[in-house]
Amino acid sequence: MIVELGSNAVVTGLLLGGIYAVASLGLTIAFGLLQVPNVAHPTFIVLGAYCAYFGNLLGLDPVVASLIFAPLFYLGGMVFYQAYFVCFERRGRGNTLQSFTFFFGVALVLQVALILAVGVDLRSVTAPYIGKSLSLGIITMPYRLIVPFVAGSVVGLGLWLFLTRTHTGLAIRAVAHDDKALRIVALNPASIKRHAFGIAMMTAALAGAALIVVNPVDPFIGGEYIGRTFAIVVLAGMGSVPGTLVAAVIIGLMESLVITFVGATWAPGVAFTALLVTLAIRPSGIFGIAR
Amino acid sequence: MRPITRRTFTKGAVAAASALAAPAIIDAAEKPIRIGFSIAQTGGIAAGGKSGLTALELWRGDVNAAGGLLGRPVEFVVYDDQSQPNTVPAIYAKLLDIDKVDLLLSPYGTNLTAVVMPTIKQRNRFVIAQMEIGQNDNLKHDKFFEIAPWGPNPGSNWCRGYFDLAKRQGYKSFAIISSDAEFSANAAHAGEKIAAEYGMKLVSNQHYPPNSVDFSGILRNVNAAAPDFVFVASYPVESAAMVHGISEIGIADSIQMFGGAIVGIQYAQQLESLGSALNGITNYDTFVVAPSMNFPGIDKFLERYRPLAESKGVDPLGHFLPPFFYAGGQLIEASVKAVGALDEAKMAQWLHNNTVNTIVGPIKFGPDGNWAENRLVYAQYRDVKDKDLEQFRHPGKQIILQPEALATGKLVAPYKKARA
Repeated sequence: MIVELGSNAVVTGLLLGGIYAVASLGLTIAFGLLQVPNVAHPTFIVLGAYCAYFGNLLGLDPVVASLIFAPLFYLGGMVFYQAYFVCFERRGRGNTLQSFTFFFGVALVLQVALILAVGVDLRSVTAPYIGKSLSLGIITMPYRLIVPFVAGSVVGLGLWLFLTRTHTGLAIRAVAHDDKALRIVALNPASIKRHAFGIAMMTAALAGAALIVVNPVDPFIGGEYIGRTFAIVVLAGMGSVPGTLVAAVIIGLMESLVITFVGATWAPGVAFTALLVTLAIRPSGIFGIAR
Repeated sequence: MRPITRRTFTKGAVAAASALAAPAIIDAAEKPIRIGFSIAQTGGIAAGGKSGLTALELWRGDVNAAGGLLGRPVEFVVYDDQSQPNTVPAIYAKLLDIDKVDLLLSPYGTNLTAVVMPTIKQRNRFVIAQMEIGQNDNLKHDKFFEIAPWGPNPGSNWCRGYFDLAKRQGYKSFAIISSDAEFSANAAHAGEKIAAEYGMKLVSNQHYPPNSVDFSGILRNVNAAAPDFVFVASYPVESAAMVHGISEIGIADSIQMFGGAIVGIQYAQQLESLGSALNGITNYDTFVVAPSMNFPGIDKFLERYRPLAESKGVDPLGHFLPPFFYAGGQLIEASVKAVGALDEAKMAQWLHNNTVNTIVGPIKFGPDGNWAENRLVYAQYRDVKDKDLEQFRHPGKQIILQPEALATGKLVAPYKKARA
């Protein structure tokens, strides 16, 4: 019995970690690499969830629907960053209390827009795999968790390859270290950041699909994920995509084991306990480097 | 020029005074009766709040179309409390001291009503409470009247029907799964006490944080404990995950009955999306389409409510909350008309001593301001099809098992068989 419970807890934790990872990747880029304190990211994920919902109403699988909306999120992210750049970064007020407040305001405005557009009722999607599970011996894995995990893993891998194997990806990582130095090689840091932010928004579309496959959503649910996603990004080491995947899996595993063997009430404390302990030992995060 | 006599002067003075007073008299007669309250129009419980508000607006329209109350139109002074208890005290201070409303309704739900009841008691105001549980159990305010059919001492008794049903079936052991939120925790605690009264054994008691997405560990633990029945107290977001979890993980053969206080599966959106996954669950509801609940006026209300709800993007089925919010308006209407004045003391006394016929049936109040009898129904979902909301508008999908007076069938057990 213990073996079955423990094995399933581990597998469920891995799957949950994958979902947390896809929710945090956008913040890894925006906050970790670009130092843009985008606390509105979870609300953009909720927007992505609603896009997946409407695609599902038209008969599309929610993950497929999110892929269709992803380019729009990319373009929207670029426009949004440009506005932020003009209002804050160009005036030397990036990553300040004012910019934090700006993103809180964006989150609230977006939430109200969603309320006005779609109402306050919970929305959920239907798909052939929701409510079914895959059994491998004593392990049972709900497809509702597998599909977002696979999607998140693919996104994470794709993002890591992009950031490490392409010129644009390397430029994005470079701008996180020293945006002034980038000018020496005739690259415009603002332009690089614009593309990076667009990519961050694109991941929000995919994360939204993952979210609504797992659970119904309403316009207010973004607030549930702010703490966890920021904890994962900081725990990972700012800007580290592999770190984000590892940190998310660690938190997912710890939560799942705590829920199964200690009590679910303790689970929300897991993310922040892990964060505090890690930062006490290694302030730059698991994969971070001191700057 | 003729001198002005006393008679002439007096006539002139009276005429002048009447002319000056006439607008005030006319104003008083036309001055609307203002009913003040806050309700969740945004935030986590906005779905319920907005559907309730829609029903109240329907009642207001009906009353005004019939000439108002005491010849005066009814007006709402309503604020959005954003589902946040910390907004409620300031809102009600404004309603009482600045807006100076004539009558009060409570916010929607226990968590928000709890913060305002002490003020209402202190100010000795008449209040129609809207779907809260147990907030008057200790305060014992004599001008408090609850619209929900929880029955007497709801804080400790509202879920008794589920355990009465289990007792009738002869079940001896049970498990609790509850969310760490006030409503769910209170329900779980109440259920535990009732079960102890009935000599039932608690074999598993698990809590989880609100908005949890995965219940596989919890459900496995419950299966391992092998109870006769499971009492669940959950909120909408996690309720869906719980129901999916049963389909994904499976349920032990020993479990005869599953459900109780699952909030959320009463709403149209969840009924439609969960569909056949609901089959077999035995859960509380306030209103079910069934021959035993065909009260006068309910059909007409639902017929008018539904298109309005769809246009506002709120629950289009309208079973769970809206009829009771409308009935709350009917309670005000009946008491004001019976007393013939906006006298809160006399209105309260009248309501304590009389039965009011509403669209949710006759309502008689006990001394604590709750319904004199618990009329919460426990119904088992049967033959529910996927993606078909229309099926719930006809009898047969929710079989009432409790209370016995309203029952339309018998429990199908074990739960696994009822799910098939």
